[in-house]
Amino acid sequence: MDVFLQQLINGLTLGSIYGLIAIGYTMVFGIIGMVNFAHGDVFMVSAFIALICVLVLTTLVGLSSIFVILAITLVVAMLFTGLVSWTIERVAYRPLRGSFRLAPMISAIGMSILLSNFVQVAQGPRNKPLPPMVTDVIVVMENDGYQVTLAYKQIIIMVVTAVLLAGFWYLVQKTSLGRAQRACEQDRKMAALLGVNVDQTIALTFVIGAALAAVAGVMYLMYYGVVNFADGFVPGVKAFTAAVLGGIGSLPGAVLGGILIGLIETFWSAYFSIEYKDVAAFSILVVTLIFLPQGLLGRPEVEKV
Amino acid sequence: MMASDPAAETTAPPADARPSAVTGALKDAIVSGLLTALLLTPLVGFRASESGTGSLVLTYRFGLVAIFAGIVMVGRFLLMVTVWNPNRPPRRVSTTPGAMARIGALAAPAVKPVFFSFAILYPFLSILMAGGLSPSRYWVDLGIYVLTYVMLGWGLNIVVGLAGLLDLGYVAFYAVGAYTFALLSTSVPINDFFAGTLGDGFWTAWAFWICLPLSGILAAMWGVILGFPVLRLRGDYLAIVTLAFGEIIRLVLINWVSLTNGGAGISSIPPITFFGVPFDSSDTGFASIFGLEFNSMHRMIFLYFVILGLAALTAIVTIRLRKMPVGRAWEALREDEIACRSLGINTTLTKLTAFATGAMFGGFAGAFFAVRIRFVSPESFTFMESAVILAIVVLGGMGSQMGVAGAAILLIGGMELLRNLSFLKADFLFGPDFDPSLYRMLIFGFAMVAVMVWRPRGLVSSRMPTVFLKQRKAVSGSLVKEGHG
Repeated sequence: MDVFLQQLINGLTLGSIYGLIAIGYTMVFGIIGMVNFAHGDVFMVSAFIALICVLVLTTLVGLSSIFVILAITLVVAMLFTGLVSWTIERVAYRPLRGSFRLAPMISAIGMSILLSNFVQVAQGPRNKPLPPMVTDVIVVMENDGYQVTLAYKQIIIMVVTAVLLAGFWYLVQKTSLGRAQRACEQDRKMAALLGVNVDQTIALTFVIGAALAAVAGVMYLMYYGVVNFADGFVPGVKAFTAAVLGGIGSLPGAVLGGILIGLIETFWSAYFSIEYKDVAAFSILVVTLIFLPQGLLGRPEVEKV
Repeated sequence: MMASDPAAETTAPPADARPSAVTGALKDAIVSGLLTALLLTPLVGFRASESGTGSLVLTYRFGLVAIFAGIVMVGRFLLMVTVWNPNRPPRRVSTTPGAMARIGALAAPAVKPVFFSFAILYPFLSILMAGGLSPSRYWVDLGIYVLTYVMLGWGLNIVVGLAGLLDLGYVAFYAVGAYTFALLSTSVPINDFFAGTLGDGFWTAWAFWICLPLSGILAAMWGVILGFPVLRLRGDYLAIVTLAFGEIIRLVLINWVSLTNGGAGISSIPPITFFGVPFDSSDTGFASIFGLEFNSMHRMIFLYFVILGLAALTAIVTIRLRKMPVGRAWEALREDEIACRSLGINTTLTKLTAFATGAMFGGFAGAFFAVRIRFVSPESFTFMESAVILAIVVLGGMGSQMGVAGAAILLIGGMELLRNLSFLKADFLFGPDFDPSLYRMLIFGFAMVAVMVWRPRGLVSSRMPTVFLKQRKAVSGSLVKEGHG
């Protein structure tokens, strides 16, 4: 029971991070039907931007309050990552609209390689460790010397995720941007005829997805305290798995899928084998796509001529 | 490096309202220059460097950011007033291929014979140029390396270029081939079995020649096993699933230590033999049988011809298959899957044959890789390897054999040259710490994006139809549009 509870807490934390990344995949897929393969690397870039920002704030500006630093880092990372994603969409994806179907995917793979190697060249190939920022923990229960702990950083991750998701939900459901997005999702040509600026809407979708990935990046950096140029790939694939599991194109599905993947991964590591945890995640992807391609909350896709 | 693309914004205003090209270009150049500076500031302007105590310290390189921004600004400006000038008359889309394509068409019949004769003569040329057997080692080795990628490119070309299935896990089959050969050739029970029936050195001598077809067959089998459940999926899902399979196979190779020796890999794989005759200095070795002076280069040159033969086999099989119904079905499938299905083509079976054929050649290449390096470890079969092979196919123009071969030579050979550009380490350029080979994958990624944006059909983009009515006509790449794949 105590191990279970501890893994539940860890799984929910990890799941929140995956869920935030998964939203970027699912939104882009919903609106232009492409798998944004570079999204995982955008997440990695955001973690690096956050790392630089934390270093600037602590060493150059000399801030000491952790919460101020985190808040500023969050905003800076979201802004810069949004800008990066906007540029990527503009340079690598927009010219390919109307090209053959695999073209954007191949371009995205190229972008993914470009981003991770750009960071490797610019920042060096080694792990970048930060001193732990938030170390306090709450002991939830104690049983024969086994402590179930809830770290402050885990609370921060869950609270920030929940707040941002609520804000994001409001954005998509209640604002004119969200309406335009949903319109483009249903029928891009008709939306354009009715005065929706389709290009701008798609660009903003990329920016929002990247901003949420940046939140995940900051949380990842805070949680693990270390980041590497190759860290985009595996979390990216897992977040994509989450998006597929939840039903690609469905926003609540992405969050649900993220949490499920996070839970499965931590429980698998705890009860079966930690070596095969990535195999478990990748197998879920394969099994979901084969047997349940529409996911848990998605609509089945109808192929049109 | 990263600037917004003008192709998307050429919705030109009416002619009289057009601002002067130079003003517009200047504005655009400044905006893109500033954007570049802004994008590069966090990750190029600052660098989190490791200090002696282990914690990170910031170093600054704002000069570099300014240089890049300046390059983008000047480059954009020049392009905007010349090539991308909105006042330039729009280029006509011609129905006939352009001048380059016409020259290409004239040269086309000569390209393949020239390429193959050069490939056959290459080791001898390199011996002549390097002046002796031993000094030519580097060049022959480079030739083997490039040809391995040519073969892998041709193998993946069947899947991606002909059948239009984006396979991101091709390296899995390469790994299956390599591990099949590595495990069988180092297996003690098999060695003992053959030692008992056919003599002591039999298995070491013949392992490669027996395992080569086995590796191909096993890889093809894996292709069928992995392909069968996933080939119903649409294009991009298929890509992700193959990627997942590739990673699963690599992770299993790392973690199944009792079989594969984990990350440490399998070493002491027996070397290649001249159909049973070992390349050693003994009396029964290759050199003394053929009356030559012993030199370890004999083995290298033989390896070169083995991979050349395997690559040629891949090419010939592909060319023959393209003319058979199954090859036609692949190409039809690539162009329009729904039309294919409505015409009664069994799409699953067609995809499966493409997948298995491609996997088989991947398996051959894997066995060759294992016998060349004589060591296999999961390190060699990462996703990046798949991405490099895919980049070769994409860059070469999906479906074009000579294009793929050219791209492999250009990319792999070019990257190898990059490693040798020592003049870049001069003090006035990048300094002695500069390592050009680090930029290898960066350039790969950039090339993939650039090719997709500018020439989505790859470097060799015209299509030569395999079926024609009266006259064979090349179709310009810009007129070919693919359906859903």
